[in-house]
Amino acid sequence: MSDRVADPWGERTPYGRGARWPVRVDVQLADGLSVGEVDSWTQSASLLHSNGDAMDIAVKDGRIAGVRGRATDRVNHGRLGPKDLFGWQANNSPDRLTRPLVREGGRLVESDWDTALGRVVDRSRELLDGPGGWGRFGFYTSGQLFLEEYYALAVIGKAGIGTPHMDGNTRLCTATAAASLKASFGTDGQPGSYTDVDECDALALWGHNVAATQTVLWSRMLDRRRGTDPPAMLAVDPRHTPVAREADVHLAVRPGTNVALLNGLLREIIQNGWYDESYVAAHTLGFESLARIVDGYPPERVAEICAVSATDVRRAAELLGGARRLLSTVLQGFYQSNQATAAACQVNNLHLVRGMIGRPGAGVLQMNGQPTAENNRECGADGDLPGFRNWANPEHVGQLARLWNVDQGIIPTWSPPTHAMQIFRYAEQGSIRFLWVSATNPAVTLPDLARIRRILDQEGLFLVVQDLFLTETAQFADVVLPAATWGEKTGTFTNADRTVHLSEQAVEPPGEARADLDIFLDYARRMDFRDRAGNPLLPWRTPEEVFDAWRACSRGRPCDYSGLSYAKLREGSGVQWPCTDGAPDGTERLYTDGQFHTDPDYCETYGQDLLTGAEFTGDEYRAKRPGGRAFLHAVDYQASPEVPGAEYPLRLVTGRSLYHFHTRTKTARAPELNAAAPDVWVELHPSDAAAAGIGDGERVRVESPRGAVTAPARLSGVRPGVVFLPFHYGWWDSADGPDGRAANELTLTAWDPVSKQPLFKSAAVRVTRTEG
Amino acid sequence: MHVAHYLGLQHRAEANLADAFRQVAAAHAAEADVFHLTGKLAAQCDQHVERLAPFIETYSAEAPDEPERLHADLFAGARSGGLGLLRDLHDLYLMASYADITWTVLGQAAAGLRDGDLAAVVAACEQETSIQLAWLRTRMKSAAPQALVVA
Repeated sequence: MSDRVADPWGERTPYGRGARWPVRVDVQLADGLSVGEVDSWTQSASLLHSNGDAMDIAVKDGRIAGVRGRATDRVNHGRLGPKDLFGWQANNSPDRLTRPLVREGGRLVESDWDTALGRVVDRSRELLDGPGGWGRFGFYTSGQLFLEEYYALAVIGKAGIGTPHMDGNTRLCTATAAASLKASFGTDGQPGSYTDVDECDALALWGHNVAATQTVLWSRMLDRRRGTDPPAMLAVDPRHTPVAREADVHLAVRPGTNVALLNGLLREIIQNGWYDESYVAAHTLGFESLARIVDGYPPERVAEICAVSATDVRRAAELLGGARRLLSTVLQGFYQSNQATAAACQVNNLHLVRGMIGRPGAGVLQMNGQPTAENNRECGADGDLPGFRNWANPEHVGQLARLWNVDQGIIPTWSPPTHAMQIFRYAEQGSIRFLWVSATNPAVTLPDLARIRRILDQEGLFLVVQDLFLTETAQFADVVLPAATWGEKTGTFTNADRTVHLSEQAVEPPGEARADLDIFLDYARRMDFRDRAGNPLLPWRTPEEVFDAWRACSRGRPCDYSGLSYAKLREGSGVQWPCTDGAPDGTERLYTDGQFHTDPDYCETYGQDLLTGAEFTGDEYRAKRPGGRAFLHAVDYQASPEVPGAEYPLRLVTGRSLYHFHTRTKTARAPELNAAAPDVWVELHPSDAAAAGIGDGERVRVESPRGAVTAPARLSGVRPGVVFLPFHYGWWDSADGPDGRAANELTLTAWDPVSKQPLFKSAAVRVTRTEG
Repeated sequence: MHVAHYLGLQHRAEANLADAFRQVAAAHAAEADVFHLTGKLAAQCDQHVERLAPFIETYSAEAPDEPERLHADLFAGARSGGLGLLRDLHDLYLMASYADITWTVLGQAAAGLRDGDLAAVVAACEQETSIQLAWLRTRMKSAAPQALVVA
């Protein structure tokens, strides 16, 4: 095998349209260990990105000693990316948390589970006592737990404590995917499938640097591009990513202008008659309004707003309009940018007006950023109700109340579940006084970190942090709970194309660390949450019992797991939901018959206004008579909430490195990955650098109205007027504490009105050369 | 003919609403969504004012006198805190409702006048005012339990 740090995508295995993607099994073992010496292999999948690459974990002498891709799995056909090949080493890291910690005299000291959970329970009981006690609690969870853990947490929050204040950092990565799918198609649920890469004749990547975010999916796309009959390719990205370099047409748009671009592209499609009139008539609502709005965006106007050439806009429209099997993928360039939900909906619209959905090769993939983000959306430990149920539909809430045997009134559905930024706002106001953070690191990941540090450090906020390591966030905690992770616990998770994998325990967790599920169930037992019959609200002891409860909860909903079981997942490999008695092998694509999930009794939302987020009522929704048709939403372009000016003349976009995940808690503890990207850098266009007198490699200070980051400059990679910073770098591995290394020192507190996803890609900044 | 009277009411209602949105934005800047959105909605009200201007000119000659001030001052400065936010949004809601019903009346006048241009402006602006109301209702509904029960 080649050096997979230098060659992240590995050798090409070209294939032609409609052929099966060749198998290539990637293996990485501890130094000196051969395959024959491995004691055992345990079935799992990747927890370091959202692609769901299936693998087996090698065990030697009770320790994780490597990984091997699963050749039979539908997602990766044996391949693994660099983060998976090397990231497993973090499990064995000597600085894992092995005992609970509690704060004593201002310091975190080692403790035991009874003491630590005892404090959590005492504080919980004290706060729950009296009317409105639910409002004192906030739960901020992750995109990295397992399905069973999210579901247990959702039941604790919604039926135990009865609080709407529960969200995940999925809000930062995948909320817009969910919001746009709900808005267009009636419920969440990925329409397309990775096999659409095998069948498509055109690929459009919208703000999606797949080469870094899902390396194995990019390998699949590259293999098509190198095979016979390759797909045409469009990339929309202000950065000159590997994807942009590969594309036939690259639109390096000015950040924050995606809606204007899409409006212009749709205008060309409609004006040139490249839309499917009969599909539009039979399966959509709102075409006239869409056509009217996009009519205001001729290529010349788009060129001016987006800072691209009108010729390239036309070329892109021709590529999209001429395709017979178009596959689109969308990610953070849209989701974390101005008018996020509206822009993502416009990609859905493109597919709807062209009738390019639900057929092999013709599909939409609204991607996820994190490995188990999908499960958080399904299980409702974020801003959703379990099973993609509609919080505004009393019948849906009643289903949950019956399932859990609780009074329907305890389930908080007076308004949508509280989104992450609002949870932190309530904590800032002293209204929320108990915050339980599991498997994420808001001290590095949320916008405007100086503010977030003040909130986490605030007197009167009881902070519980559940993690593998003493993260930047954990250092603020009152109680730290040591968690087991991937390979040390059993559970399931689901990737961006609805493929469910089982990930089994291969080794024991270190010290006293416990599976997140065990921690949640222990808390529920100690809190003595009960149902109406007086039985434990969470009666489960094992992940499999929770999974079976989830199967019942998901039955009849779009994310139907009722036909799945641990046994079935163990026998085979990944299976796509919905998986039912009628579709025991899972379901490749949604909406193959053009019937969407918009029936008022079935839909997950009654809809929102895309410019304000105003909620529509059930009566208003029913009056539209959707009858299984999809919604074509369109809005005008509006400028970002923060635009460059004289003082801060450049636009900041933040994003990922190929070699790191989240805040590097795992990836920086894998030597090869850490060496590949050891510290933060800043990308500038040579013209902007020249204007500021900055040479390649020189240290520069990037400042916004909120903070500053200092890093060496790379004079490449971005369009003029744009500054790029990777967001992975906090200060846990730096001696000086918060030291101007985290990109989110600069970002602003603002979010999309519909998805509530923070607008990480819209801060105005300036750059200066630092002295010396 | 009293059309100018209602054009004047609408004009003032939108100008007052724009001003109130801006005051709320300034007073509640720590509520990021309220801050950014009320700024946008204030600009929307400014546009409504601009779009009314030509009709005020057209019909002013027929106005018997200056439009009288029918509505009370609904908004007398922003408050602070969670309850303060709720009360301020509540005031905005009442002001937007006033603008909304005034659009309805003006729309009827436009029909009676057979003034298609005025009818088109009323229809477009009325739609935006109705979304402003829906947003205020949505935001107040989500804020109310925390502000009133938890605090």
